[in-house]
Amino acid sequence: MNSKRLGERLNAFGLGVVMLIFSIPGLWVVLNAFRPNREILAKPAVWIPEELTLINFINMFGYGEMATIPVWSYFRNSLVISVTSTVIALLVGMMGGYAFARYRFRGKGSIFVGLMLSRAIPGISLSLPIFMLWSWIGLIDTPLGLIVIYVAMNIPFIVWLTDGYFRQVPYELFEAGVMDGCSRWQAFWLIEFPLAKSGLASAAIFAFLVSWNEFALATQLTRSTDSKTLTVGLMDFTAQFTIDWAGMCSMAVIIIIPAVLLTFLVQKHLISGLTFGGVKG
Amino acid sequence: MNYGQSRWTPYLLLMPSFVFILGVVLVPLLFSLYTSLTPYKLTRPNTLYRFVGLFNYENLLEHADFWEAFGRTVLFLTIVLNLEMLLGLGIALMIQRVIRGQRILRTIMMFPMMFAPVLVGFQFKFIFNDNIGLLNNALQAFGYNQAIPWLVDEWLAMFSIMIAEIWNSTSVFAILLLAGLMSIPKDPLEAAKVDGCNPIQVFFHVTLPFLTPFIYIALTIRSLEVARAFDIVKIMTNGGPAGRTELLWTIVARTGYENARMGEANAMSYISVLLSIFFTIFFYRKLQQARQQVGDQL
Repeated sequence: MNSKRLGERLNAFGLGVVMLIFSIPGLWVVLNAFRPNREILAKPAVWIPEELTLINFINMFGYGEMATIPVWSYFRNSLVISVTSTVIALLVGMMGGYAFARYRFRGKGSIFVGLMLSRAIPGISLSLPIFMLWSWIGLIDTPLGLIVIYVAMNIPFIVWLTDGYFRQVPYELFEAGVMDGCSRWQAFWLIEFPLAKSGLASAAIFAFLVSWNEFALATQLTRSTDSKTLTVGLMDFTAQFTIDWAGMCSMAVIIIIPAVLLTFLVQKHLISGLTFGGVKG
Repeated sequence: MNYGQSRWTPYLLLMPSFVFILGVVLVPLLFSLYTSLTPYKLTRPNTLYRFVGLFNYENLLEHADFWEAFGRTVLFLTIVLNLEMLLGLGIALMIQRVIRGQRILRTIMMFPMMFAPVLVGFQFKFIFNDNIGLLNNALQAFGYNQAIPWLVDEWLAMFSIMIAEIWNSTSVFAILLLAGLMSIPKDPLEAAKVDGCNPIQVFFHVTLPFLTPFIYIALTIRSLEVARAFDIVKIMTNGGPAGRTELLWTIVARTGYENARMGEANAMSYISVLLSIFFTIFFYRKLQQARQQVGDQL
């Protein structure tokens, strides 16, 4: 039995190393958000922080003496754009997912692949024509311009996920509802929707993070505080030859927080939805 | 049974999705196809109406920098995807053996894939910085007193970018493969053991075939968003120094936006679109094959 014990120890040790690698880069950024640039730049390196400070955040939000970056606007834009596009994408995508889960129709397989392929187009490739088209119709540098794009970007994945969630709801339950006198519409809202709800919530969170984290399109299609998002704003801290590391770190923390909070909520349903939809397809 | 539904219902349900994708993906793609047949420059709007046929594409054939970026991208994707899959598989196997605390391990594992790629790029730009980076500082603390130019040297820069990309996306594989491992029925595993298979044989003859569809789900999902590597490269090296870490997506952005040569950039981007579509279809096909072989038993 000794070798089994040893195996377990090795396994635990290996996992420890892996988890450290997963978490150190993020933690390093968080730690440095609370250190002054002086200490970050010090030579030889200061390992144990001598002073922890909120000065980077104070500066960033405009209460310090340094020239400030309009973080509030970026934050507001990011939030408005991500939330709106998520809500619309969820409604639209859910309808599509339901169609795939509950109906047989001509061209089903190729429509599904077509949807997925629309997501496979690299953002930067898409940004070139959109940049030209949007500037003609006046959508450049507006939140609406990004919202529309993010809805379309999120639809394929939401369809994939919700297809899986709806199929996990037994069809017999729905039939029973209709037998008992529900209309199709009522049966959907009273039976299928509540059962798929937690799955739909994680699809929503996933879509939110895609919009929240998007950069390739946003960086080309936004110009000013009217529509610049946090990920684009991160570049404000880099000048030609110098980088405000502490400032960037503190802004990174602002971007990370929602991601980390939401991760706790999604994990279980996200996995089940993806694998169910994918394997049983 | 039919509950008062017409056969058009599914199409009606899909209609809004089509409208969005038409407006944001299909129409722009057709427009960019047209643009790629003109010498359009942002600075000279009239050039949009001059049709030059395949001129841009012919030009690209001789564009050494472009093909270099193309080759680098293919190499980058091959290395990164394979390593992510192997590492993800290893991590999934390790986590599967843990009984207590598996949930927390899974949660930690999911963090990297929730990070914005720009953030990942910045994070590793910070870590690999030759002067104040965590890595060089650590090396110096252990007595290695030379500053390694991680993001300046051609190969080291590519290596650093790959590390960032792998850190960002290995969890996609680990998580999906872990879900796959959990869903393997116990009977075939037991049967194989009873029949005298050693653990390695069990892995290759029972576990791996069951995992194949999950590997292809992960590869399909990854192929949908590999272009997010653009964000990482953009912030870490921006294709530099002197174009030595230029990938397909950064050279497209540079040609289109910095040099304002939209026609040429659209021709380039069409090639990158075809590459992405090829990969996605390839993996999706594999997924369907694997599904047919295994799916029924799950």
